[in-house]
Amino acid sequence: MFPHEEKLIREKLGREPNDLEKAMLEVMWSEHVSYKSSRKWLKLLPTKNEHVILGPGEDAGIIKFDDKTWIVIGIESHNHPSAVEPYGGAATGVGGIVRDILCMGARPIALLDPIRFGPLEKEKNRYLFEYVVKGIADYGNRIGVPTVGGETEFDESLDNYTLVNVACIGIMRPEHLVHSYVTEPGLKLVIVGNRTGRDGIHGVTFASEELGENAEEEDRSAVQIPDPFTEKLLIEATLEAVYTGKVKALKDLGGGGLTCAASEMVGKRGFGAIIYADKVPLREPGMTPLEVMISESQERMLFAIKPEDVEELGKIFEKYELEWSVVGEVIEEPKFIVYWKGRKVAELPIELLTNVPTIEWPMKEYRIEEDVETPQISLEEAFEKVWRSPNVISKRWVWEQYDHEVQGRTVIKPGFDSAVLKINEEYGLAITADGNPTHCYLNPYHGAMGVVVEVVRNLVSVGAKPLALVDNLNFASPERPEVYWSFVETIKGLADAAKAFGLAYVSGNVSFYNEVVNKPVKPTPVVAGVGKVKLEKIPRGPREGDLIGLIGETRKELGGSELYRVLGVSKGIAPRVDLEVEKRNAESVLKLIEEGLVSFVHDVSRGGVAVALAELSTWFNVGIKSEITTSLLPLDFAFSESHGRYIVTFPEENLEAVKKIAPITLLGRIGGEKFELKINGEKVSKTVKWLSDVHWNELYRIMD
Amino acid sequence: MVKFAVVVFPGTNCDFETVEAIKRAGGKAERVWYKDSIKDYDGVVIPGGFSYADYLRAGAIAARQRIMEEIRELAEEGRPILGICNGFQILTEAGLLPGALRPNKIPRFLCKWVHLKVVDVRTPFTYLYEEGEVVRMPIAHAEGNYYIDDPSKVRIVFQYSDEKGSITEEANPNGSVLNIAGVANMEGNILGMMPHPERASHYFLGSEDGLKVFKGMVEWVRS
Repeated sequence: MFPHEEKLIREKLGREPNDLEKAMLEVMWSEHVSYKSSRKWLKLLPTKNEHVILGPGEDAGIIKFDDKTWIVIGIESHNHPSAVEPYGGAATGVGGIVRDILCMGARPIALLDPIRFGPLEKEKNRYLFEYVVKGIADYGNRIGVPTVGGETEFDESLDNYTLVNVACIGIMRPEHLVHSYVTEPGLKLVIVGNRTGRDGIHGVTFASEELGENAEEEDRSAVQIPDPFTEKLLIEATLEAVYTGKVKALKDLGGGGLTCAASEMVGKRGFGAIIYADKVPLREPGMTPLEVMISESQERMLFAIKPEDVEELGKIFEKYELEWSVVGEVIEEPKFIVYWKGRKVAELPIELLTNVPTIEWPMKEYRIEEDVETPQISLEEAFEKVWRSPNVISKRWVWEQYDHEVQGRTVIKPGFDSAVLKINEEYGLAITADGNPTHCYLNPYHGAMGVVVEVVRNLVSVGAKPLALVDNLNFASPERPEVYWSFVETIKGLADAAKAFGLAYVSGNVSFYNEVVNKPVKPTPVVAGVGKVKLEKIPRGPREGDLIGLIGETRKELGGSELYRVLGVSKGIAPRVDLEVEKRNAESVLKLIEEGLVSFVHDVSRGGVAVALAELSTWFNVGIKSEITTSLLPLDFAFSESHGRYIVTFPEENLEAVKKIAPITLLGRIGGEKFELKINGEKVSKTVKWLSDVHWNELYRIMD
Repeated sequence: MVKFAVVVFPGTNCDFETVEAIKRAGGKAERVWYKDSIKDYDGVVIPGGFSYADYLRAGAIAARQRIMEEIRELAEEGRPILGICNGFQILTEAGLLPGALRPNKIPRFLCKWVHLKVVDVRTPFTYLYEEGEVVRMPIAHAEGNYYIDDPSKVRIVFQYSDEKGSITEEANPNGSVLNIAGVANMEGNILGMMPHPERASHYFLGSEDGLKVFKGMVEWVRS
């Protein structure tokens, strides 16, 4: 808390808060819980459209899939804990977002994990990478929720640090909706699940500060302990309880623990609560009320239940061998009162906990874009460097450790533009997540728009009509004027791009203070999107002899590109987004898929056309012969990351029909055993076997 | 109507899709909590997951629950008992199938599609396959490395193979003896398998090869 905030609290309270009150206020006024630096700007994001049932404001957003099916979606970051303790930090990140989905009354059906690290040459970064993946795998696999996508990126700026975001998707029937707030007094507050221990004390405060040099030793106690076994039981017990219709409100205990869950649940509609902190089942003896009230022990849920229904729901919890206890009640008076062994130990006006004033930090614009010439190395050499880049090679090493098939819904598996989950016999849900900090760093506004349009392209590539977005904004300290400026620019970019497609953000997360020892991370907005796709229309792959076409224009846009990264060029101009073009091309691609004219579609993004073509070759084990004439230099054409572009493949007899729907540039043809790319006479020639070996096996060679 | 029990232990997580696959195969199936009785069912499937979080050893604690006695009785009556993944681990831990499942040769969780050769087509679960047929199904486990000192004590039903049906070391994802992916008892009515047939029971999931396991089981009881 800042001094002016402490002063304000003293004024409003008319006295000095006691230690417990101070601890609870500190948790609720933390950046992580209160969004005090971001709230004002987040209002710029569009949050409504015809698909949205519930936008931001509760634990997760809800959209309508069809009359009987709603889709729930949320996203969360666990950056600080994962940097200090990668296994537990990443695992509890998964647990937290799963409970956010669960507490709307939905069954979690998929996870996406966008994760970012420093260069793999360093052992510390390999350690963080290995254990973050293991943490996600052990948790997701054990609770039976498939991890079907995400992205993995490595960048020098993240040396010794990690950004771990996780999105979760749930499915529910409209009649099972439970809100996260109460609308009547007299309800009992029941805590269910794990016992409360000393883990995660001050977790949110720790997540609202920069990490120091000795964070690994000093901050371990702020990281929670994962227990996926209890989480799985909690999922089943909670859903069984929800299906009775007798759960009046439901929240998970995450950041801020019982203080946050209870005060937000009752405070939203102006009620209050009495908490009997000594009734909370404890993991260890001698815990103080302060520890009980702010512990962030995992796998706990807070139910609001009518007194006469407590016993019935208790039986459900007991069936799943979960401990439960009535720890408080909802009161009319807007106060948050805590008792410990019959003695009142805290009393605060509820709005002092839940209504935290915003902070607006000073901003300073930065301009670092500068056009540079691309270093002149041969096309072949450049291709080898980019193709071997850890950012380009397949992340199979990662997703083979995730059970991506459990629940029996995974139609399009990890590794493609979007994953697709079977929702019913006819339709599926496409899901994807993207971020691009190198573009965002150079130009936060266009970088942010670029992230959104890439999400859209990834959804469209499998034939899905985009339905909704969620955003996770990972930034350094907002107290740095350049960072705060880039944050606001990012939100403007996210807003403008979404509006162009009529899309809404239904949930999101902000994580500030991502820095280690004074080294700030690049602006890293991550956006996840969902779309609806007709399963039988999904393009399943190119066939021998198919033509390859490019939709969209390639310009010399290599600032922040993978080529520049592997060549160590930090300057350049980030790709610009033309929303009109982006929209038109997306519509064309959807039409091509709808009419069954194309055998495959692949979005062009990291690594440009060269990588997109080589991926096509590797994914389907087919040769490609491509000859291109362009006014650009060969390297610039091959590796430009201009937006708005798709590679499409189709049988030759569809050429005229394809041209009628989308203007395309023919790039070549599928066939043979080789990958041959010739641009203005300059050539890359590789066997498909070589391409595939690098693509599929390189990450195993680095990690094992 | 033929009715199967899909047994749910704490931590089981493939129960819903297994019920779904049995239904697609034309049977009836219900999830049964491990504390309830399964006496009235025509057969039992123990689905995959992490019963008791793999505490002690995968399947070890579930194997010691009372319901396993009922499963043993049904097995002795000759009814079909199928254990998939963690279900296979539970069957070996309970002594209903010989052998054991050790950690994978690369000791981590592995989720991937594999080819399997169907080598025994005289069990209730596999008689709808051709002998030597190569099928595709996904595996997803960390402890699937089957070991048995004397392979003649079991009927080898599925072996990991390449797409042409050759039993090669490269095709073995976990280091199991003789590339074993699934075994049955000598009577053939108890089958344990690491691959997930329920995840290969729908065209849109990438394969319908697994559906025959359930169809076989359902039809076998019916006749």
